[in-house]
Amino acid sequence: MSGFLEIRGLSARLAGTGQRLLRAVDISLPAGSVRGLVGESGAGKSMIGKAVLGVLPKAVEIVEGEILLDGQDLLKVPPAERRRLIGAKAALIPQDPLTALNPSRRIGPQITDRLVDILGWEKARAASRALEVLAEVSIPEPERVMRLYPHELSGGMRQRILIASAFAAEPKLIVADEPTTALDVTVQKQILKLISALQARHGTALLFVTHDLGVVSKVCDTLSVLYAGKVVEDTTVERFFAAPQHPYSRALLAATPRHTDPAASLQPVPQAVIDAAMAEIAAADAAWSAHG
Amino acid sequence: MADSIFQVSDLRVDVPDMTRKPLFGAAPRLEILKGISFEIPRGAVLGIVGGSGSGKTTLGRTLVRLVEPNAGRLLFDGRDIAHLSDAGMRPLRPRIQMIFQDPMSSLNPRLTVGRTIAAPLGAKVSDARVKAALEQVGLPADFAGRYPHELSGGQRQRVGIARAIAMRPDFILADEIVSGLDVSSQAQVLMLLEQLVADLGLTLVFISHDLSVIRRLCSRVIVLRAGEIVEDAATADLFERPRHAYTRELLDAIPIPDPSVRW
Repeated sequence: MSGFLEIRGLSARLAGTGQRLLRAVDISLPAGSVRGLVGESGAGKSMIGKAVLGVLPKAVEIVEGEILLDGQDLLKVPPAERRRLIGAKAALIPQDPLTALNPSRRIGPQITDRLVDILGWEKARAASRALEVLAEVSIPEPERVMRLYPHELSGGMRQRILIASAFAAEPKLIVADEPTTALDVTVQKQILKLISALQARHGTALLFVTHDLGVVSKVCDTLSVLYAGKVVEDTTVERFFAAPQHPYSRALLAATPRHTDPAASLQPVPQAVIDAAMAEIAAADAAWSAHG
Repeated sequence: MADSIFQVSDLRVDVPDMTRKPLFGAAPRLEILKGISFEIPRGAVLGIVGGSGSGKTTLGRTLVRLVEPNAGRLLFDGRDIAHLSDAGMRPLRPRIQMIFQDPMSSLNPRLTVGRTIAAPLGAKVSDARVKAALEQVGLPADFAGRYPHELSGGQRQRVGIARAIAMRPDFILADEIVSGLDVSSQAQVLMLLEQLVADLGLTLVFISHDLSVIRRLCSRVIVLRAGEIVEDAATADLFERPRHAYTRELLDAIPIPDPSVRW
């Protein structure tokens, strides 16, 4: 039962100080399913997404582990080959649509460039595919929008463009890194429903990075809760929201705002839970240093 | 009503729309607030919600007179401050405080926490009020010697709160103060604010795009859309019996962390 994406024992550290960033992370994502990566700032959730796409900052060093994409270990193939593999099979939906789009170029080429340059498509084929995906994300008048600049579009429209761009090459895996954090709640709902619908229709595996457990409960099948670069809980969405197992997961769920039950939500994470989680990590680190 | 700290009637703010300005002549006006009326009773915690561009921040900034309204009345403690000059506002400024969204950019990186809190008081760092304010926001006294970069996001936001309450203001404006924080620090800061409201009897306007945060803290909520109030109701009523379609839309869009709830 191996997934389309299999991360096994992935550990990473900061090159200069040797500070550990990821601690033996195991993640399995079968084809066509959605996994949430949740945690607070600095927990390493975005870093896992970056590692999968091969865009980790230079200062981050992968110490050990495997990232298997469709059965091939990305860490063992040469860089050029790795880029080709990732470009053909995976794509990213980034957080901030304004910084992800080049402000001085029209929308059209920003979608087609990747298809032409990395996948070697004919220009005409790339352009017709771009029109097709823009229509699929419910962009009105796609021909006109292709000629617009990013600043002429609203935040929700820009995010739709990036979703269209991610799905354009029919990737088997999409990493969505907090794709709706910058949007209004009403727009967020539309965008999430759109991502879910496209994911289901194309059978894409989705790695969904978010800090919002509310969002996880609506779009994901499984989730990994991260704390200080370690997966503290790996479970299905049903089981997690019915009965989270790890004390930190329970605390995180109790801290999440829930307007239908104000008294039971927005509970601060107790210091004892943080201390226990840190102790667990220190113990794992000690064991790791002892064997290596 | 003499018991209102703010009485706002038909407040209007518009700005020139420079994107549509002709080469010669005046730019057309863009209406940000289109005639807003409400009151803030002393001791109330009022929530203001709305989407991006609804005018919630402009409304807040007009209340504290960082923005001058184009029309309408703005009574603070019975006195119209709508068009008061900067000099005229100055004696009132200590009574009106703000807590900002991003604690990193609203704290001077070169000032220690102690000096940050002491500066508006015109006091020394050793002043008893500085110590008291730190204690009230749950920070240890030795934090007075630390710099903002040494603190976590939640701690920085506590410093922002301490700076505001140390002045013993009549009114505090909190604009999206927990949006940049992780859920756990968000919960801590809200809990602290809740407690301070109870202990000090603060009058607070809490601006947020997140209705679930508003529910916990506010006694009344104003829903803004495109510069107009679409609903003004007691918190429990607003959540249980939203009258306006836009309020319902906002409520329905919140992802409740429970997979069994249809969305």
